[in-house]
Amino acid sequence: MAQPAISMDAHQEHHHDTFKLLGFWIFLVTDCIIFACLFAVYAVLRTHTDGDLTGRELFEVKGFTAETLILLASSFTSGLASLAMQKGSKKHLLGWLTVTVLLGLSFVGLEITEFAKMASEGAAISTNAFLSSFFTLVGTHGLHVSFGLIWMTGVMVQIGRYGIDAHTKEKVTIVGLYWHFLDVVWIFIFTVVYLLGVM
Amino acid sequence: MIKPLLTVRLWKVAILAAGLLLLLSGCDRRYLIFNPSGPVAEKELHLIILSAVLCAVVVIPVLGLLIYIVYRYRDKPGNKAPYTPDWNDSKILEIVWWGVPIIIIGILGVYTAKTTYSLVKPPVEDVKPITIQVTSLDWKWLFQYPGQKIATVNYAEIPAGVPVQFHLTSDQMMNSFWVPELGGQEYTMPGMAMRLWLQADQPGTYYGSGANFTGKGFAHMKFKVVAKPQAEFNQWAKQVKKTAPALTEAKYEKLAEKGLAGKQTYSSYPEKLFTETIDRNGGKYMKPEMKHGGHDMSMMDHDNE
Amino acid sequence: MGEKAKGFFVTGDPLIYGADVSIIITLLGILVFLTYFKKWGWLWREWLTTVDHKKIGIMYLVSSLLMLFRGGVDALLMRMQLAMPNTHFLQSQHYNEIFTTHGTIMILFMAMPFMFALFNIVIPLQIGARDVAYPFLNAMSFWLFFFGALLFNLSFVIGGSPDAGWLSYPPLSELAGSPGPGQNFYIWGIQISGIGSLATGINFLVTILKMRAPGMKLMQMPLFTWSVLSSCITIIFAFPVLTVTLALLFVDRFFGAHIFTATGGGNPMMYVNLIWMWGHPEVYIVVLPAFGIYSEIVSTFSKKKIFGYKSMVFSMMIISVLGYFTWVHHFFTMGAGADVNTFFAITTMAIGIPTGVKIFNWLFTMFRGRISMTQPMLWTLAFIPCFLVGGATGVMLAAAPADYQYHNSYFLIAHFHQTLIGGVVFGYLAGLYYWWPKMFGFKLNDRIGKWAFWTWNIGFYVCFMPQYALGFMGMTRRVYTYGWDMGWAPYNMVSTAGAFLMGIGFVFQVWQILYSIKHGERDLTGDPWNGRTLEWSIPSPAPHYNFAHLPEVKSDDAWWDMKNHRYGAAVPNKMKEYAPIHMPKNSGIPFLMSACWFVAGFGLTFEWIGVGIAGLAGVGICLLARSFQRNTDYYIPVDEIKATESSLGRVV
Repeated sequence: MAQPAISMDAHQEHHHDTFKLLGFWIFLVTDCIIFACLFAVYAVLRTHTDGDLTGRELFEVKGFTAETLILLASSFTSGLASLAMQKGSKKHLLGWLTVTVLLGLSFVGLEITEFAKMASEGAAISTNAFLSSFFTLVGTHGLHVSFGLIWMTGVMVQIGRYGIDAHTKEKVTIVGLYWHFLDVVWIFIFTVVYLLGVM
Repeated sequence: MIKPLLTVRLWKVAILAAGLLLLLSGCDRRYLIFNPSGPVAEKELHLIILSAVLCAVVVIPVLGLLIYIVYRYRDKPGNKAPYTPDWNDSKILEIVWWGVPIIIIGILGVYTAKTTYSLVKPPVEDVKPITIQVTSLDWKWLFQYPGQKIATVNYAEIPAGVPVQFHLTSDQMMNSFWVPELGGQEYTMPGMAMRLWLQADQPGTYYGSGANFTGKGFAHMKFKVVAKPQAEFNQWAKQVKKTAPALTEAKYEKLAEKGLAGKQTYSSYPEKLFTETIDRNGGKYMKPEMKHGGHDMSMMDHDNE
Repeated sequence: MGEKAKGFFVTGDPLIYGADVSIIITLLGILVFLTYFKKWGWLWREWLTTVDHKKIGIMYLVSSLLMLFRGGVDALLMRMQLAMPNTHFLQSQHYNEIFTTHGTIMILFMAMPFMFALFNIVIPLQIGARDVAYPFLNAMSFWLFFFGALLFNLSFVIGGSPDAGWLSYPPLSELAGSPGPGQNFYIWGIQISGIGSLATGINFLVTILKMRAPGMKLMQMPLFTWSVLSSCITIIFAFPVLTVTLALLFVDRFFGAHIFTATGGGNPMMYVNLIWMWGHPEVYIVVLPAFGIYSEIVSTFSKKKIFGYKSMVFSMMIISVLGYFTWVHHFFTMGAGADVNTFFAITTMAIGIPTGVKIFNWLFTMFRGRISMTQPMLWTLAFIPCFLVGGATGVMLAAAPADYQYHNSYFLIAHFHQTLIGGVVFGYLAGLYYWWPKMFGFKLNDRIGKWAFWTWNIGFYVCFMPQYALGFMGMTRRVYTYGWDMGWAPYNMVSTAGAFLMGIGFVFQVWQILYSIKHGERDLTGDPWNGRTLEWSIPSPAPHYNFAHLPEVKSDDAWWDMKNHRYGAAVPNKMKEYAPIHMPKNSGIPFLMSACWFVAGFGLTFEWIGVGIAGLAGVGICLLARSFQRNTDYYIPVDEIKATESSLGRVV
């Protein structure tokens, strides 16, 4: 009777890894709900411009298309990073992660420039309800991306220090999952906010 | 089907219970909700009584059962009641107590739906209704009579026996307009004109209050609704028109400042005051029928625009 | 309103000066005590850094009882003001602050942590696990709650309390209606503790799904575990909505945005919808675990299997799903139209069906059982009639047109206090009495407990039954004063007397605990109630690692089955060798990180951006530091397990 008990103990420990992944998936569900609420708020307030400029006049096709392409590319490179990790190539893993972070940085940079330009044209968060909901929705996504960048950099430092082992593998998987999730959210922002906005 | 039969019997029970309730407390004028003075409050009271009776049908037997079980199966030496520690399942019993509540909720649901739909229509069809526009301010009530072109503060006169459609809005803080003896409440919200039908059958003075918290002076947001025979009401309106001062824009702004106010009457008000108040507070994003006439508004529609 | 807090400290009210003095004296007392007895190290090692679910549970419990005291004092102050017409005991402003903090504290800082206390103490033991899925995150949840509550309570002496009601509807809660930091305290206090609650929801869901003892199938889980599972699912879907709603309100207040404002195109109704999309499920979040507790207690003290187990599970799951489709019943009077109102009226009534079924199942668990009147059972028996009536008035409120007459009146107040006190508080108290021996190793005194029980219960009915009548008389909630003319005076007087009786009941309970610490009946068996579930198979209090051997579960009522069929922990002599046990290490990061959140929240409350950013940076640093930690676990050696087990009287 003791024998199975011991093996069961070990069994439970080994599953701690999948616990983390499962927990992170559930966290993503909650984050999804957060974005769903922000989208709903945006949908309600989209037309509430209080007589000011609408999305059609404010959004720049070039800017948001570039942002979209960059973020999509970064999602792809983070996928390549995972592949490199599966192959056990620390060099390639770090390389692709670096590319991902750089792409992410340029995305955030572009977004900040876009926001600053809008604000300088008198379209700030406090101007009207439409802009309030726009800046909260897109800004929340931007904050998520920025947070992801810091996180990913932290993971890269750890890979540099410890190489590819069970711990770092798990971390790369989770941060990658997070990154893809943000990409999916962006697709919705691209469609609901920008495309519908300029149409 | 058994439903009609069942409901007839239920109504009998309900009426009996209503009688009882009235005997116990209803004759006491202080229980405003048990003293409906108009068709709206009456319908709502009927539903209240029906729901109370239906609930009592479950609650009372269950309470009895609880007392019986706890007494009979108490853990005392020598208790000869049966003891079946592993008996934990009975399809029939389970069907009974899933079924009974479902039936009861079904009945109550039907009556709830009926009453809900009937309250968005004028209480009587053959009398021409009047309209009163109500604005809740911090912390007072402004009543405007578009038919009579007069306005009052913190009290309203209405003709008895005539359906009144109140158009409710708020200049900023959300309140709720409630005259319990005439009928249930409805929120006053910035940027909208909510519609509420009420009617007083008999002349009398009815208590009204704000029911949704609006800050420091909220407790003092009370008003009287005075119902008078049509002729006297007309007389009153004419009198106000003749003697009271006018409500100018400047005076309205003063009135809208935070603070308490006494009863006031005005012989006129700025023509578009009500709609402008609504527009200023977001009304321009509402569909037109939410602001002027039409039927009961639905905010869900609005959200989908 | 319009009274922006003039200074940093709240001044000008003798009540608050009194509180200030007592707070300072208490703090000094604690500091002196800790220093004099050299307890600082002990506090840090044993409590502030612990990741042990049992200790975290106890910390939740202590905090929630403190908050019950604060919320209770708020309630008594309100009842004193309302005892007589035209009383000048409290000013309007002060009264508004008190009812706002009373509601917020009772739901978010009393009921929630009380519930989490029971989650923490019971769930791992009940499913035969050695800890929760994420012990570190668990500690973080607690400290986030703790610092959130601290921030919220700080508003009492610094800056001024929130005063826009416990759900703070805009436009009143916007800058125009509530200037000053009070409302920001509300936002950040709840926001910070809310993140912790969300994490707890995820944590216990994964714990229950993944860490059950070998052999325990889902349909063999104790009903309390099921109730926690359904509550956690509800948390996961409801709390993000709260996070968003509060964040948006803060964006409005901080950046001058127009999301919920009446002007600038904002839409206040959207807030009302969003907050109740969280707020209504929240009610089920707190009541479902109470249902689970009743199920355990009824079965244990009737010495009979729970009746209709499948029905019980099914009904809880229905409740947690239906709970999302009823939120509009909180504002039938917002004029959403007959279609919408009818839909939500019927979904609301429909929730009564599974709830009713549960009551029948409890009754028939007792039927043909042997009921012993222990303290947990007393509270359970008091719950049934109380909740039955509360539920019935709930169905009455669900009839939309009838609600037009009840809404925001004292009828509503009486209803939700009856379900929240009768359902939730009675349940948690029953759970507290039931699992107390497991937590501390002794029972709570019976005689004082009965005094507490009867004063609480009589007090409850004396307090709240008159409020139903007041509702019929047209008295609305949140009025700080009223006149003689409406005839409300006698009922209010009676209600106040009832509230004080409940207060006395609470005092009895405090006395009961203090008395029992010294004289309580020790529990040497680990199974003082002849229990049915796994937590009773181990010593009281449970050793650090809970189970020396992970139990093997073969049926429902696992421990009962072991006792009846003589296997597992029921025959300790047959237990074989011990193996080293894998446990998480303590960590100071949860405490430090939550303290940083506190700093951030405090800075943002006063719009001191530097402080806010510093706090958030601290949070980030803590997260990174944790990410870099490697050796977060260790093994308890066999010798230590042997020593512990024999010291607990278990045969080795």
